[in-house]
Amino acid sequence: MALRASTAFFVATGILSLTWLALLADGRCRLVAQQPEIERTAALVKRLELTDLCLFTEASYTRHLALADRHTPFQDDPMSMEHFPSGSLVSPPEHLRTHHGTISIH
Amino acid sequence: MARFPSIERQRHIIDFTLASLLRRAGKNASLLFVYTLIIFVLASVILFSDALKRQASLVLKDAPEIIVQRTMTGRYQTIPLSYAAKIREIRGVASVRPRLWGYYYDGNSMANYTLVVPGEDAPVPGGIAIGSGISRLREAYRGDILGFTGFDGAPRSFQVVGILHPESQLASADLILISEPDYRTLSGIPADQASDLVLKVRNPREYATISEKIVKLLPDTRPIIRSEILRTYDAVFNWRSGMVLVIYSAAVLAFIIFAWDKATGLSAEERKEIGILKAIGWETGDILFLKFWEGIAVSLSASLLGLVLAYLHVFVGDSLLFLPALKGWSTLYPSFHLAPFIRGSHVVVLMFLTVVPYTLSTIVPSWRAATIDPDAVMR
Repeated sequence: MALRASTAFFVATGILSLTWLALLADGRCRLVAQQPEIERTAALVKRLELTDLCLFTEASYTRHLALADRHTPFQDDPMSMEHFPSGSLVSPPEHLRTHHGTISIH
Repeated sequence: MARFPSIERQRHIIDFTLASLLRRAGKNASLLFVYTLIIFVLASVILFSDALKRQASLVLKDAPEIIVQRTMTGRYQTIPLSYAAKIREIRGVASVRPRLWGYYYDGNSMANYTLVVPGEDAPVPGGIAIGSGISRLREAYRGDILGFTGFDGAPRSFQVVGILHPESQLASADLILISEPDYRTLSGIPADQASDLVLKVRNPREYATISEKIVKLLPDTRPIIRSEILRTYDAVFNWRSGMVLVIYSAAVLAFIIFAWDKATGLSAEERKEIGILKAIGWETGDILFLKFWEGIAVSLSASLLGLVLAYLHVFVGDSLLFLPALKGWSTLYPSFHLAPFIRGSHVVVLMFLTVVPYTLSTIVPSWRAATIDPDAVMR
């Protein structure tokens, strides 16, 4: 007897759901396995008094996001617009994000 | 089955729905593909940014309590050691330590290094410990000699006395640990200056007050407290940052076009099908169920498939598709595995915002067609 379409659909959805749950379980296992590594990295951060993650090394203000100031993205010229690719991936640090008004273009 | 006639009825409707979808297999397969692709992209960004933010908060949880920089005309400057003595006198400050660090651009490999003088266990003069990223880039290992050009243009060489453990690359890939005398000779920072100051405070609740006192005492300084460092990484990759906003906008726009296409009308073939079903005795409720299951079949399958693929992409495939954007112009970058911190609420919201609107946009036009006279619909 041929499999009913609804049965095939429920089986396929069930398999996908179980796969997702299995991946979540895999995530828990990876998390537990990586915990010592994260703790050792945190210990290194503490020992060396580091402030930032080494995500982007192309520009000082994206290498040390937390220490960036308002001027570095513009280098030495107010018209030298931010041009490093990583600058478009990250937002300015929270403590530098103050809005004094809205942009108006005439 | 006869004991549950309503379930059996729904199953017959689902059978019919799936047969109907298979009759337009090409169109529906392409729909499922694009839908899955949209969910995959959105879920990849969400999983990646959530995991990175969480990992950053854990790795940086013991970052310096307060960093004090000195600025001149809005730009970062070295700080005199006399500032440390003045700050030490502020009530509540437990300790002040000058920190020596800076950048070095290596023209040969076009990479920026971060040189750091550790407060404790610094390498002996003449020796450096390098991050595994630099070791990989320069193919330098313990015992090798690396040359640098000093601030005065004079070449200086150092022996690699250690490689920082690769598992800490996320924080140390580009680091060079160096002794204080060597760093001062290389960088030209005078003996009475430091890069910035690291403070320890007795009561964590006094961070803000002490920062205010520092600025009042030394107006050309800029204190950065730990919570600001952590908030920086909490805001990183948020939806407002440029490229993420572009990805979100493109995906949301594609999804709106999808849903709009569905909601604005049925094809002549679909209208005819609804007319025939009504003519042979299907009720409006049955047709709405038919369309409900059609929406669920497509959107649920696409969502689950997109989520599974996104997980595999981010945590098994190490975010392969994001790497070109993440690397940017860097020639030196960490190689690390993101720990799968998954925020259930974000996954649920993503599922809800994709499955529900699509299903509704499938039902609404069918409801309009199903309430019209079958004869009129078929014509």
